[in-house]
Amino acid sequence: MGATHPNIVVGTPITWVPLMRRVAIVGAGWAGFRPQVPELSFRELVFEAAQRAYEDAGVDPREDVDAFVSCQEDYWEGIAIADEFAPEPIGGALRPTYTVAGDGLQGLAQAYMMIKSGAFDIVAVESHAKPSDIVTLDGIYDLALDPHTIRPLRAANPLFTAGLDAVAYMSRTGASRVHLAMVAAANKRMGLHNPRASYAGRVTVDDILGAPYYIYPMTRYEVAPFADAAVVMVLASEEAARRLTDNPVWVEGVGWSTEVGTGAVEYHKWGHMPSLKAAGLMAYRAAGIDSPTGEVGFAEVEDRFSFMELLSLEELGLAGEGEAHKMLETGDFSPGGYLPVNQSGGSLSVGVPFEALGLWRALEAYLELREHADKYDVPRAIVASWRGPPTYTSAVAVLGAQ
Amino acid sequence: MSSRSGRPQPGWVNPPGHYLKRDEMYSLVGLVEYPPRAKYLFSAGQAQSRFLMGLKEGKILGTRCPRCGRVYVPPRMYCEYCHTHTLEWVELPGTGVIHTAVISYIGTFRERRKEPVIVGVIQLDAPGYTPGGYEFAGLFHRLCGVTPEDVMSGRAIGMRVKPRWRPPEERRGDINDIECFEPIEG
Repeated sequence: MGATHPNIVVGTPITWVPLMRRVAIVGAGWAGFRPQVPELSFRELVFEAAQRAYEDAGVDPREDVDAFVSCQEDYWEGIAIADEFAPEPIGGALRPTYTVAGDGLQGLAQAYMMIKSGAFDIVAVESHAKPSDIVTLDGIYDLALDPHTIRPLRAANPLFTAGLDAVAYMSRTGASRVHLAMVAAANKRMGLHNPRASYAGRVTVDDILGAPYYIYPMTRYEVAPFADAAVVMVLASEEAARRLTDNPVWVEGVGWSTEVGTGAVEYHKWGHMPSLKAAGLMAYRAAGIDSPTGEVGFAEVEDRFSFMELLSLEELGLAGEGEAHKMLETGDFSPGGYLPVNQSGGSLSVGVPFEALGLWRALEAYLELREHADKYDVPRAIVASWRGPPTYTSAVAVLGAQ
Repeated sequence: MSSRSGRPQPGWVNPPGHYLKRDEMYSLVGLVEYPPRAKYLFSAGQAQSRFLMGLKEGKILGTRCPRCGRVYVPPRMYCEYCHTHTLEWVELPGTGVIHTAVISYIGTFRERRKEPVIVGVIQLDAPGYTPGGYEFAGLFHRLCGVTPEDVMSGRAIGMRVKPRWRPPEERRGDINDIECFEPIEG
C-alpha cells in the first residue's frame, strides 16, 4: 500500500472551497437489471426506477426536486438528441434538466457540484440502458473508432482494446490467468446474494480456466455481458438531507478524467488506466484524503473485464503497483478482509447497462453504507467506473456514512 | 452566369474552382464514406404496444391520469406532470379538430417538393376530459382534403376532422394504419 502516483498530472488543480455545504444521497431506485426487459419501453423502465427513488427519498419530483441530470448517449439510445426524451419519465418536464453524455458517475458529479454551489437543494440523477434494443451492437462500437486508421482494418471485435490492456497488465505485474479467474469466480459467487445480479453463478476457477477464450486472455466468464437497467438517485444539501432522512450517505468527493481521444488507441498507456488514477486523485482531494490507505471500508470498482478489477485497485491507490494479485491471493479483497471489493458481485454478475454502470456501482455502495455501515471500521466506500472500451474515460466517487 | 458544372449561380459572383462530382469528391485523400450500421428494435412497452394494437382494430386508445385527469394520446403509462401511473385506458371516438396546420413546400434538405405536404396536430375529442391548459389528447398526422388555401386563410384551424383508416386487411399496428385525417363533411 502507500501508493505513489508518478507521471500523473491532474489537469485542473481544483481547490474545493471548504465552506461549501456537504452533499448527501438521500434515496435511490432501480428497475430492470435483466438481460432483456422486453415488456417495458426505456421510458417505462426509467419511470419505474424514478418512482422507487422518489418514494425512497420521500420527495415529490414535481414539488421538491430542483433539477434533474440524465446520463445517456445517442447511439446507445438509437435516438438523436436523446436529451429531449430525458425529462418526461423522471418528472423533469418544464424543470431544469440536462443530459451528460457520459457515465452515470459523471452525472452524480454534476449533481454534487450543482448542490455544492448553493444553486440547488435537491437534484435527481438518472441513467439507463437498453442494450437488448440494439441489433447491430458491433456496428455501434465501430462508430466509436477512428474512421481513418482503425475502422478500415475491420478488426473483428472492437472489444479488442480490453484484451490488449489485459495482456500488457499481466506482463507488467506478473498477474496470471489464474488471478483473473479468481476475480471472476469470486464476483460471480458474491452476486448470488444480489437481486440485481442476473449473471451471478456458482462458478469455480477451474470452470473459468477450462472455458474457451472469449477475448484472450479472458474467457466468457471474465467479460461482463450486457443488461437492461435504470437507476435514479436523489442527492440533497446537508440541510435538506437532515430533513429527509436519518441515514444520509455523504458524497465526500468526485472526480473524472479522460486520457486520450478514444479514436487514438495508440496513445493509450497500455496496461494502465491513467484516467482512473487522475479521477481518483481528484475525488480524494475533494474528500480531503491524502492517501486511501486505511481510509476506506470497501470498494466497488471497475470489473467489466476480470483484469480490470486488479488494475483499478492499483490505479486508485488501494493496492500498490503490481500488488493487487498478491493481495487477492491472501484474501484481502474478500468480504471481511482488509478491503472488501465488489461485494455486490460486480458487473461480472450484474452486467453492463452502458452509462448506468457507474451510477449502479454508486447505488450498491449507497445501499451497503446505509444499511451496514457498522460492519466497517471506516464507513467509507470508493466507487470507480471506467466507461468501457474503446473509451479512456473514468469517474470516481467517495461515499461515506459519517 | 453559371459555374463549370453548369449550376446557375444567380446573384453571386462565383468563387474560384468548380463543383466536384461525387466520384471526384470521394477520390480525395482523407475522405471516408462510412454508412453506419445502426439497427435497433425499439421495445414499444406497455403503453405504445396497446396503442399500436388498437390502431390495427381501428381504435384510438389513450390513458387517463387519475390525479389531473389529463388524457394521453399517444399514451404513456405515467403522467409527465403528476409523475403518477396512468392505468385507466380510454377509447376515443377518433374525431377532433385541427389545432394547427402547416403546408410544407420543401423537404429536409430544403429541396422543393412537387406537391406541398399538409400536416397538422389534431385535438381529439376525449369525452369526459376538458383540456385545462395547452395540452390535449392529440395526434400529429397528415391532413387530406384540406387545401393550402384552407390553411392560409385560417379556415383549417378548428375544422372538424376524422381519421381515414386503411382497410382492415392492410393495417399493421402502425401509425400509418391511419392514412390521414380528413374533414367531416357537413
